[in-house]
Amino acid sequence: MQFLVKRLIAGFLALLIVTMLVFGLSRIHGDPRTLLISEDATQEQYDELGRHLGLDQPLYRQYLLNLSHLIRADLGNSILQHRPVEEILLSRIPNSVFLATVAFLFATLIGIPLGVLAAVNRGRLWDHGIRAFAVLGQALPIFWVALVLIYIFAVGLSWVPASRNNGWSSVILPAITLGWFGASGQIRILRSSMLEVLDSEYVRLARAKGSTERSVIWKHALRNALVGPITFAGLTLASLITGSIVVETVFSWPGLGLLAVQSVTNSDYPILQGVILLVAIVYIVASLIVDVLYTIIDPRIRI
Amino acid sequence: MTYFEFESKTCDVNINSSVSRIRQVRRWPLFSIIVIAVLIIFAVFAPLIAPHDPKIGELEDRHVPPLFFGGTADHILGTDGLGRDIFSRVVYGSRVTVSIAALALGVGCVIGTLLGIVSGYYGGWVDEVIMRMVDIKFAVPLILIALALVVSLGSSLGLLLGLLVFMVWGHFSRQVRAEVLVIIKTDYVSAARLSGASPIRIMSHHILPGVISIMVVVGTLQVGAIVLAEASLSFLGAGVPPPTAAWGSMVSDGRLYIVTAWWVSLIPGLAIGMLVVSITLLGDWLRDRLDPQIRQVQ
Repeated sequence: MQFLVKRLIAGFLALLIVTMLVFGLSRIHGDPRTLLISEDATQEQYDELGRHLGLDQPLYRQYLLNLSHLIRADLGNSILQHRPVEEILLSRIPNSVFLATVAFLFATLIGIPLGVLAAVNRGRLWDHGIRAFAVLGQALPIFWVALVLIYIFAVGLSWVPASRNNGWSSVILPAITLGWFGASGQIRILRSSMLEVLDSEYVRLARAKGSTERSVIWKHALRNALVGPITFAGLTLASLITGSIVVETVFSWPGLGLLAVQSVTNSDYPILQGVILLVAIVYIVASLIVDVLYTIIDPRIRI
Repeated sequence: MTYFEFESKTCDVNINSSVSRIRQVRRWPLFSIIVIAVLIIFAVFAPLIAPHDPKIGELEDRHVPPLFFGGTADHILGTDGLGRDIFSRVVYGSRVTVSIAALALGVGCVIGTLLGIVSGYYGGWVDEVIMRMVDIKFAVPLILIALALVVSLGSSLGLLLGLLVFMVWGHFSRQVRAEVLVIIKTDYVSAARLSGASPIRIMSHHILPGVISIMVVVGTLQVGAIVLAEASLSFLGAGVPPPTAAWGSMVSDGRLYIVTAWWVSLIPGLAIGMLVVSITLLGDWLRDRLDPQIRQVQ
């Protein structure tokens, strides 16, 4: 319990530090008025905007003002699109969630069978092949994998579109790219926890009482071995967030990641700030859920 | 999360004695050693090895394919959209990769280890503060902070290095601290303390030698993460500023021509992939050899 409280405090502090950082950087970036106001504005309008934004106040007051805006989900206006940032973010979230969900399902659907297969065939060809698959999935740069897949399946074979969101066929390549990366971690963890479980007393007992090999592996062993990947599922999710920024960029997938990268190119700081805060919240909450799962699922684990 | 973080979190589960494992340990990771050696040779002797200038190209030589795909021996790996020789750019790019990885790892390792030793040795509120800093570090998504910094300050080598150091130091602190907690309970540390050695002397002469093997293991696991992070940031335009040839930005430059000139982005990407795979295999092998039981003590 004490551990969870500590984690909660750390997560909250991290969020606070992110807001400070984002605020500090926006001030280094320069007077926000130069970006918000047209060049032919009068001095009165300029001063009026300054008062409105609280620029006549000391810096810590400005930060608190900024924070109170954030708490009310008022993220300001996009410099380029002249629309509220919340609105733009909301329009992009479904795309990111769609991609992340498909990728996560794909990672789980191939990760679990392959992890089990590797453990059961330990030391044999299957095991070596699957482990190579997992090492490659985590070592190859995501953007390169994405480009190779585009080159083979979109350019060479023209099976699927290379970019943008046009429904199910266009989610396949980005989801495979992200999913391979996610599955690789799951495979490695599941394989080692499966090996440990297969060696345990109750699996031996199940075998001794005459259960079929299939029931021993998929019922008795896998259920217990799944603790490993489940506790890492949240972290996998968090890493998928980072990976999806790169994947969305390569596939021009109109989600939050692409939005962030585009706002860097356009110097559209309010949007970038919005994406950072949103992703930071998701990231921190995901890590917290992992920590909670960690202690609930397996009470023996006390980090 | 990268493979390396998974790895450092799971290796306590991974340690299971088995015949196949022992057999594995004996085998030298030859592939890794060759790839890494070639890379270091490239980096050191880049001007001697590269046949062309990496920053200047001939515009009439744009998008010449690699040697066995219809190209000439003059450009073994083809040329990019500005007619620059890709092999020369890959060779010079290795300098960027090696120097950034070495610097970021070096600085991150020193800072992280120092904080880890101090944290483990003094305990109490010092420990509490440092470990909460580590927790916060792990709770901040680095890639977005990098993007925000680049928008505000512009991309630069110093910024990139700072980010990568920020990325790795926490791993060293966590693991080193866990090791220190074990070391300070040993008799030789008590003996040193009783004979009147100062805390600084105990930390530098009695504790530091004990954590070196863990530093090596965490280091090899982190190099791959650094190389990948540098490549990703360069790919997103938040890394090494152009026109310096960095592998990640080379992939990014070529991705718009993937239909007509695949080699421009796929070849530098292959270089990154081969390097990280090599480092991963070497790291696995080294961990099996040193087997320092990386602990996850909070």
